[in-house]
Amino acid sequence: MEPTTAPTKPQFSPAAQAEIKRLLTHYPEDRSKSALLPILHIAQAEFGGWVSPEVQDLVAETLGIKPIEVYEVSSFYTQYNLKPVGKHVLEICRTGPCMLRGSDELTEHLERITGAKVGGTSPDGTFTLKEVECLAACGFAPIVQVREKYYEQLDTPEAVDAMLNELKSLVHRPILPWEETGLPNSLKNY
Amino acid sequence: MGRKLLTEHINVEGIDTFDVYRKHGGYRSVEKALKTMTPDEVVEEVKKSGLRGRGGAGFPTGMKWSFLAKPEGVPRYLVCNADESEPGTFKDRQLMSKLPHLLIEGMITGSYALGARTSYIYIRGELLYVLRILEKAIAEAYAAGFLGENILGSGYSLDLHVHPGAGAYICGEETALLESLEGKRGNPRNKPPFPAVQGLYARPTVVNNVETIAAVVPIVNEGGDEYAKLGVGKSTGTKLISACGHLNKPGIYEIELGVPVEEFIYSDEYCGGIWKGRDLKAVVAGGSSVPILPKELILKTAAGENRLMTYESLSDGGFITGTMLGSGGFIAMDETTCIVKNTWNFSRFYHHESCGQCSPCREGTGWLEKVLHRLEHGHGSMHDIDLIVSVAKQIEGNTICPLGEAAAWPVAAAVRHFRHEFEWHVTNPKEATAPGAAYRGAAVLA
Repeated sequence: MEPTTAPTKPQFSPAAQAEIKRLLTHYPEDRSKSALLPILHIAQAEFGGWVSPEVQDLVAETLGIKPIEVYEVSSFYTQYNLKPVGKHVLEICRTGPCMLRGSDELTEHLERITGAKVGGTSPDGTFTLKEVECLAACGFAPIVQVREKYYEQLDTPEAVDAMLNELKSLVHRPILPWEETGLPNSLKNY
Repeated sequence: MGRKLLTEHINVEGIDTFDVYRKHGGYRSVEKALKTMTPDEVVEEVKKSGLRGRGGAGFPTGMKWSFLAKPEGVPRYLVCNADESEPGTFKDRQLMSKLPHLLIEGMITGSYALGARTSYIYIRGELLYVLRILEKAIAEAYAAGFLGENILGSGYSLDLHVHPGAGAYICGEETALLESLEGKRGNPRNKPPFPAVQGLYARPTVVNNVETIAAVVPIVNEGGDEYAKLGVGKSTGTKLISACGHLNKPGIYEIELGVPVEEFIYSDEYCGGIWKGRDLKAVVAGGSSVPILPKELILKTAAGENRLMTYESLSDGGFITGTMLGSGGFIAMDETTCIVKNTWNFSRFYHHESCGQCSPCREGTGWLEKVLHRLEHGHGSMHDIDLIVSVAKQIEGNTICPLGEAAAWPVAAAVRHFRHEFEWHVTNPKEATAPGAAYRGAAVLA
């Protein structure tokens, strides 16, 4: 995953630039820094699921702020990955309500079948496992978030397999984080 | 069966679209407020309704609104707190994804009452799919003339935007949320000044939870007095309860405040009892930060009265024998649950989520996690049990924001009611740390 040559300066795609332009209209003109969090989300989706120092510098340049203003924010919020990640980042909720419904067992199971350890990536680069705190879907525990999708009630090996098979079938990364990925089952069948 | 003011139409096919929502009476409150009421009259109805903040603190919404400073020529803001992240709470996600127009309608009516011309919905970054649902619905509302310039010809204009966070529990605290909305780290601000005077961009700002803003819709439609007829005493109206943990039917239930806790847990209309035919051990009734109560005390108060789902009844007995309604995150634990492990898990959460500004919280939550970890794994001492109570006490009241209390309360209550279980981990470490082990002795009820 590490670059072998000196990284070239990253650039946002036209689609991302258009989205950034739209976002900037949401805030007063002298308060464009407000768009920092949403733009970092776009940057992360656009540049391989993580935000390198070069990408963060690009975000700073886009907003006309100092790079440190981006670094201090990207390191505060847990959704931004500051290191390279695999093709799919599985964010496993580990907080109380999920633990009561088997998130410890789910994590062990995922480590076993993906070959990745929590905090790391599987040898083939397909899956990164990350433990996260409460995802606010406690009634449908245990839960894994992958990009924008929640996979819920992963309390059987079959449910986990179905999730992994669906992920393996996705060839492309999304360009922007706003694309449709389908709703979690709990929201389809209320 | 109680009345449903927010979720009555939640199962209607296509209710997330403007047309279907409108057909079911949607946006009536905007028409009524903008055409027939002054902003102050809307605030007055909210005051009369007795509505209390649904995010957890339970502060009277009408009063919060009346505190908003209104200097001439200075913009003011209504910001919706959709950073739902109190463990055990998942009502707002459901409400926003199924009924996005209900929140938008509440935002328009609320913004009109407060005189805001730009308003924001701050949604937690994990819910980008819900953000998209909201943005789509907002676009529909603009197209239908309910947002933008001169709404319904009233002369009132409003822009509404959704803004994502990026993974930080602390941003649910209103001043941390405002910092985050300004593109900064989510460090809570010192108060005063309160947001009502200096909030977003140092302008007067009201921050309200999703459910609170949604409740403004039925309040304006039916009148504050009608709303106040539902519920019991100062707990008026309906409340969304997120039920999770070891229940047969976890999920979101809109209840009329005043339902007995026992009925809520065991009746088929609600949670349908404890899963796998097991016995109930304990409940955390209002999100992870409120005191845990053993079965006996969650079902009945210390005086032996039926405990009700109201702000007052749940807090009966203070923090000695009572708890709080909080956010309505109702976490049930069956007889096989290890209270020590659960307390450690929550402490790890608060340590992870502490923003690090205040030493008592930054250091104290770390101590709690570390000492609870060794207790849970059979390496603790009797002294450790008193140590965590002492650390919790020293965090409480010594921090800028309530995350300190949120971290301290669960520990204090767990030791108060389940001290024998902590001691058992010290005296019988082998037994206590065996897979699936759980202490079955009686809880302390006073």
